[in-house]
Amino acid sequence: MAELFSTRTLGRWLPWLLIVLAALLLPVLLPPFRLNLLGRFLALGIAALGIDLIWGFTGLLSLGQGIFFALGGYALGMHLQLQALQPGQLPEFFSLYGVKALPAFWQPFHSALFTLFAIWLIPALVAGVLGYLVFRNRIKGVYFSILTQAALLVFFNFFNGQQKLINGTNGLKTDTARILGQLAGSDGMQRNLFWLTLVLVIGAFLLCRWLTGGRFGDALIAIRDDEPRLRFTGYNPTAYKTVVFAVAGALAGISGALYTVQSGIVSPQYMAVPFSIEMVIWVAVGGRGTLIGAVLGAVLINYAKSLVSEALPETWLFIQGGLFLLVVTALPDGLVGWWRSGGPGRIRAMVGWPAPAATYPELDLDPAVQAEKTEWQGGGR
Amino acid sequence: MDLFFDTLFNGMAIGSVLVLAALGLAVVFGLMGVINMAHGELMMIGAYTTFVVQNLVKNGPLEFLFPIYILVAIPIAFLVSGLVGLLLEKTVIRRLYGRPLETLLATWGVSLILQQFVRSVSTAFALGLVLAVAVGLLVPRLLPARWGRQRWAPLLDLGRWLLAALLGIGLASLLGGVRVLDQPWFSARNIDVTAPRWLRGSIDLGALNMPVARLFILALTALALLAVVWFLQKSVWGMRIRAVTQNRAMSDCLGIPTERVDALTFLVGSGLAGVAGVAVTLLGSVGPNLGGNYIVDCFMVVVLGGVGKLLGTVVAALGIGILSYVIGSGSLLLVWPAMPSALNALVSFFATTSMAKVLVFALIVLFLQFRPAGLFPQKGRMVEA
Amino acid sequence: MTTAPTTSPGTGATVPPLLELRGVSVSFDGFLALNDLNLRLAPGELRAVIGPNGAGKTTFLDVITGKVRPTSGEVLFRGRSLVGTAEHRIARLGIGRKFQTPRVYENLSPRRNLELAVSRRCSPFDLLFGRLDATARDRVQHLLGVVGLELLAQQPAGGLSHGQKQWLEIAMLVAQDPQLLLVDEPVAGLTDEETERTADLLRQLAGEHTVLVIEHDMEFIRDLQSPVTVLHEGRVLCEGSMDQVQSDPQVIEVYLGRESEGEFK
Repeated sequence: MAELFSTRTLGRWLPWLLIVLAALLLPVLLPPFRLNLLGRFLALGIAALGIDLIWGFTGLLSLGQGIFFALGGYALGMHLQLQALQPGQLPEFFSLYGVKALPAFWQPFHSALFTLFAIWLIPALVAGVLGYLVFRNRIKGVYFSILTQAALLVFFNFFNGQQKLINGTNGLKTDTARILGQLAGSDGMQRNLFWLTLVLVIGAFLLCRWLTGGRFGDALIAIRDDEPRLRFTGYNPTAYKTVVFAVAGALAGISGALYTVQSGIVSPQYMAVPFSIEMVIWVAVGGRGTLIGAVLGAVLINYAKSLVSEALPETWLFIQGGLFLLVVTALPDGLVGWWRSGGPGRIRAMVGWPAPAATYPELDLDPAVQAEKTEWQGGGR
Repeated sequence: MDLFFDTLFNGMAIGSVLVLAALGLAVVFGLMGVINMAHGELMMIGAYTTFVVQNLVKNGPLEFLFPIYILVAIPIAFLVSGLVGLLLEKTVIRRLYGRPLETLLATWGVSLILQQFVRSVSTAFALGLVLAVAVGLLVPRLLPARWGRQRWAPLLDLGRWLLAALLGIGLASLLGGVRVLDQPWFSARNIDVTAPRWLRGSIDLGALNMPVARLFILALTALALLAVVWFLQKSVWGMRIRAVTQNRAMSDCLGIPTERVDALTFLVGSGLAGVAGVAVTLLGSVGPNLGGNYIVDCFMVVVLGGVGKLLGTVVAALGIGILSYVIGSGSLLLVWPAMPSALNALVSFFATTSMAKVLVFALIVLFLQFRPAGLFPQKGRMVEA
Repeated sequence: MTTAPTTSPGTGATVPPLLELRGVSVSFDGFLALNDLNLRLAPGELRAVIGPNGAGKTTFLDVITGKVRPTSGEVLFRGRSLVGTAEHRIARLGIGRKFQTPRVYENLSPRRNLELAVSRRCSPFDLLFGRLDATARDRVQHLLGVVGLELLAQQPAGGLSHGQKQWLEIAMLVAQDPQLLLVDEPVAGLTDEETERTADLLRQLAGEHTVLVIEHDMEFIRDLQSPVTVLHEGRVLCEGSMDQVQSDPQVIEVYLGRESEGEFK
């Protein structure tokens, strides 16, 4: 029993306990509006995890994740539009533009199964192809960032301009559709979606941890540290970058679908240039290269944004701009990175209140200490 | 034939704005390798400077200047944007040399702040800001010098800026109670600049109709281009800039003040953005979002042209301009009315400004597949280590 | 493709060369970094390449490893042309390269650096689903011992000293187990003692592997007791033992006539 509460085991099961508690208590404690917001922000955390994979670990700063986010959202949005119809009917907006027949690419979205795959597979494929074309030419660094941003603008203009295909700038509404017989916009359904989001965030987190924890993750970090070196070791970085970019695309797609169904609409605004850069700042503030930081950053920043926007809407851009500057100049590893590198201890030391000195049994196992010891013994002989 | 000249002129007109807008970026990105996402906002500042100059001369003693206020606005916009750029370089970008991705994010933050600043700024706001900066900078002088050397000095820094911000916000909201002081200078709405009469008409050349404003922008672009080329190739500081671009360490050793060269390069690049801002006001109303409409296009121009090559920037911008016009106007249909219907449908599909952009950008990405370094790549042994 | 047998300067035996460069030229904007370069390496040979600055030594390695494509000429490895092959494929064929400045993955521990190098299968799929077998893990452990990094095996490699990084990179090269090792200035910035140990290590590696060393340090080259090739202005100036090379009038002119005398002792 005592072992159950030792720091080590505690650290292992406590987070899970907290998550389960949160999942059970939050829907009771929070009013539906707040719960819905939290669900949306958690959904954004999935996209943030993808950005962390490609930027935090692999060093590729994509400013175009909105493409994949919106593609996932549109896939689900199209399905829900069709789902709300009687046989033979067309979604309402088509009549506004005089479209008589459903465009061919809408057809497969009648199927729920197809949609479940399309949500992540289409973004992954688009990301894979786009990534392959770019990485093959060894376009990297800021050039990669600029190109992803340009691609984002292409998609934005396309979706924005095509009323007859996907309702252009107005986007697709999802609230009136039914999911498993329940109205998508109803409180009960939104609570279910919150739980689903929570489960998927955890799933995405575990997936990313698996990806980054082993030798695959080592290879990603090696690409970030010294890509040519890895190439001369016999690895093909293009393959790795394409795979990880596709995974990030898939995560963004899932994130976009969950966000869409919880906010009730998907529109080309999801592909707006500023939104995709905002995603980067979530990861930067939370702590790039730390998976938990990506999720935390997404939730915290968006929560702050909604609070500030309710109270003082004009100041949000100042705060956001300030965050960009702050995180780049003063907090390069983000909040989680700062915490892990002993940030709180440094603050305490500044006010002359350092952590109590203690001896740890682990100290003797520290390689540096052992090295010192062996040197000592060697010298003594 | 008329169609050919019409296309050429309109394409050049679109392209020349791009050249002007991308010129400053080509200088900053090409020569210093700095990604300035706030470049568009520096253009916006140039545009708002034009607006202010116009309002100053519209009525009152300076009214005689009104016919040429645009010409007056050009150097002023250059200076204002240049100085804002200089401030940006001294405070932010300087710390981030050699970290392009961080620079990108930081300058994006700056662009957000500048946008919102233009929307929110009022007299009360400005006074609050002045107070905040003054307090932030002055407090350390009032405190004992040894405090700055204590281990808690970083906390003190944090504290003084928090205090400064609070005082600033306090003053701004206090003054905000007064109607006159609370009036925003520009507000979030778009502003319109009235061009002087001589810039408004158009010149008719047979079937070809050339708006004077477009011709003016073409001339301004040519002039700015010549000035930049002269500055870089012939002036002493231009030579120093090129020297630092090619070999920073060696330039340092030869006594070239590299820090001042950086600052100057940035000032010139930012100033050019300001001039582009003046030109943009002639094309229609402008707003705080102006920068966002240009920044991605500008970067595409620079990347397509080949980083570090002014000629590439010009060719790429004009090429994009002409291509956009050809696709966007659907003028291919006029040349070849008997086009097969499938092709016809395709051409008309892309015959809007935003769809033309889709196709042009797709073509650029395709082009970079074959020439990753752009139209005019940097040659030589400077390959990745 | 078959290649003519060659007489290895080291052994005198007649064997087909492991690596052969035939008339390789590389031009950067008209500047000839390599100019009709011909060179043969026999299997198991240890060869030193020297030459003044700008002689084309690094470009020479770039051509072999696929980083630079020759303007003209052939590069043959085990009789197979390497021209136009991607870098990682060339590495897979059995050519390893150590860079001039030590290049390790700074955010990974030495153990993980070595694990990446020792891996026989390199696709994303293999790294995700495959595990390192026991022999590979033993090899990593052994190599950590050889280069004296056992105690620092878990710390990020960015914290290692310059010499430790050099050694780690050499260990990574060995872990890769290439037939041909290309080593660019392995003792730059090392102490005398470390230099001696490096020379020992490289001599041990030769025989089982073929080793080509580029170096400025003449004492070190002498320690290697290997045949020497002198590059100058992109072509081979002369080949032979250290003593032969040192008394060659052309070499003396190149080094003493145009460069400062300090470099050639």
